[in-house]
Amino acid sequence: MKFARTLIAAAVSLAASTAALADINVGVVLSLTGPGSGLGIPMQKQLQLFPKEIAGEKVNLIVLDDASDPGKGVSNTRRLVTEDKVDVIMGSCLTPVAAAMAPVAAEAKTVQIAGSPVGTPPGQDQWLFRLPQSNNVMAHAMVEHMKKQGIKTIGFLGYTDAYGELWLKALEPEAAKNGMKIVAVERFARSDTSVTPQALKLTSANPDAIVVVASGSGAAMPQMGLVDRGYKGKLYQTHAAATPDLVRIGGTKVENTFVVSGPAVVGDQLPDSHPSKKAAVDFTTKYQKAFDAAPNQFAGHSYDFAIVMEKIVPMALKKAKPGTPEFRAALRDSLETMGRTVFAHGVMNWTKDDHWGYTNETGVMLKVVGGKFVVEK
Amino acid sequence: MDLSIAGILALDGLTNGAVYALLALATVLLFAVTRVIFIPQGEFVAFGALTLAIMQTGKVPGTVWFLLVLAGAAAIADIYEGVAHKHSFARLGKQLAHTLAVPVVVSLLAIWAAPKGFPLVVQALVALALVTPFGTLIYRLAYERLASASVLVLLIVSVGVHFALVGLGLFFFGAEGFRNPSFWDASFSAGAITLTGQALIILLASIALIVLLWLYFERTLSGKALRATAVNRLGARLMGISSNSAGRLAFTMAAFIGALSGLLIGPTTTIFFDSGFIIGLKGFVAAVFAGLSSYPLALVGALLVGLLESFSSFWASAFKEVIVFSSILPVLLWRSLRDPHGEEH
Repeated sequence: MKFARTLIAAAVSLAASTAALADINVGVVLSLTGPGSGLGIPMQKQLQLFPKEIAGEKVNLIVLDDASDPGKGVSNTRRLVTEDKVDVIMGSCLTPVAAAMAPVAAEAKTVQIAGSPVGTPPGQDQWLFRLPQSNNVMAHAMVEHMKKQGIKTIGFLGYTDAYGELWLKALEPEAAKNGMKIVAVERFARSDTSVTPQALKLTSANPDAIVVVASGSGAAMPQMGLVDRGYKGKLYQTHAAATPDLVRIGGTKVENTFVVSGPAVVGDQLPDSHPSKKAAVDFTTKYQKAFDAAPNQFAGHSYDFAIVMEKIVPMALKKAKPGTPEFRAALRDSLETMGRTVFAHGVMNWTKDDHWGYTNETGVMLKVVGGKFVVEK
Repeated sequence: MDLSIAGILALDGLTNGAVYALLALATVLLFAVTRVIFIPQGEFVAFGALTLAIMQTGKVPGTVWFLLVLAGAAAIADIYEGVAHKHSFARLGKQLAHTLAVPVVVSLLAIWAAPKGFPLVVQALVALALVTPFGTLIYRLAYERLASASVLVLLIVSVGVHFALVGLGLFFFGAEGFRNPSFWDASFSAGAITLTGQALIILLASIALIVLLWLYFERTLSGKALRATAVNRLGARLMGISSNSAGRLAFTMAAFIGALSGLLIGPTTTIFFDSGFIIGLKGFVAAVFAGLSSYPLALVGALLVGLLESFSSFWASAFKEVIVFSSILPVLLWRSLRDPHGEEH
């Protein structure tokens, strides 16, 4: 009896250990509830299309909800590295959460591929790579466009959070370099019931253009407030606002708005010469077919994550077995040496010194025409 | 800043303040009658606005199923109580019908009406009818058994109910926000100041509701019964006023006021599943201004919060929330200096 039990236990543990050895475990931390859920849920949807197998190895996704809370993000990351012993971590879609996760992942020497533009002090992003474009890259594309429009003065109306702050930090040097001046900076919160006071102040400063920094369906309200107060200048929105929700809520009041975006969501409109065209079209048609809804930027990052994994896993498998520290280190080295890779969101080239990777050509300017996003030529 | 800017800001502040006033009145009412500091008051706002928004898309809002689930849970509680107290079947049946009638009828009405694309006002009334019964049910399921517990325990329950409702809101309405169409698209200009039809509706509806509440408390028997419970629960019970039915009535009124507030501000801003909390919290600040006891002071407090919010957005938009919520500190200081009383446990 005792012998039989030992045998069963041995068999079970053997089966478990071989499964763990053979499989690649991917930890995913996303904001599926709370204020960040508008970003996390589309990312999670796209992950349902994630390949079940890469280079002959079974891939397990372990998806955890961080509830838009940095503390929860940290405990999820701890769980992933200690209990699930994951080979790589993806997430989170919110900057503050991803930033809190970074030290935990680095301590466990596990690669973290963030779905948000996380800034770190110099030299501390050894294990951290970002899928989204940095705000600097996007601000560059936006200011280039402003230059062509002959804009000299800029107003700023942004979230009172890290996203608003980082955009302002990115916009200031780009604008200064091109001889433009930011004449008014106003803030608002997503839950605000009105931006009338801020709009009054901005319209009285009367800049040539106003940049609205907000995300998803929260981006429409501030712009409508500006239009209602009779602002006649040009309006710009950031890449977090490049979703169908902007038009769904804003209606005619967001017409003619310029929106900077990654190429992923407008694949079919890109010129054939654009390197990302094929990936972007593939991404949008598959998402549309699977979920009967137009994808947003963030779902695109999940799509790109699959591209990354399909590229680096075969490279790392040559060096080590999944589930080992060597494999995790090999994944990190592969990310730095994988070279030029075409994403739905542009062309990525991570190197040892640059874990952002996108070049200044990634940002695409869109214009809202007739309720649709049209690529500005 | 010139006079016209001040005028625009004041109007904006008063419009928002009118909504905060409704929520503050509901908060005061609930605290006075049941001693519950009802944090989820704002959730009714989001539920009201988003239920209407989902109906606008021609779908059946998730609130319908939630209402039926809550009604079912309340019915089970009824059966349990009936069996425990050995009530007759007739009495049990009557109690069940009493619990289930309104939620089931309203839900069926909503399921029937949702795909028909009725005019906005009809859909708004259905949304109002759908959210209002939540008040009674939430009181029954979360608070009634604890009615004699301390204020602190009731507050902790409120926090729990708040988190549950926000989570369910995400489940029912999704993560994206909605903006409802305006009930009245007109706008009236006087110089630089423009009054939109929607703002006018908000102001008039708030005034009407406040007058109605005043008449109700002053002139009707059930209103006086609520006041009596508020003044002295035990005394009211000795006079034959059921404190349970007073609590249910108060919660129904609070849910109605919350849902109505949601319908009023739905067209002026984008409402998310979690938007209600901050809006409700501003109503709460106004209610604290009134010491959670005086309706007229709550009204004044709410208008002050609205004005403070509007003017601080103009001068220092980055610090607006800080200014609005810090304003509670001097108010608390003033209140504790004015009428010092022992800590309640």
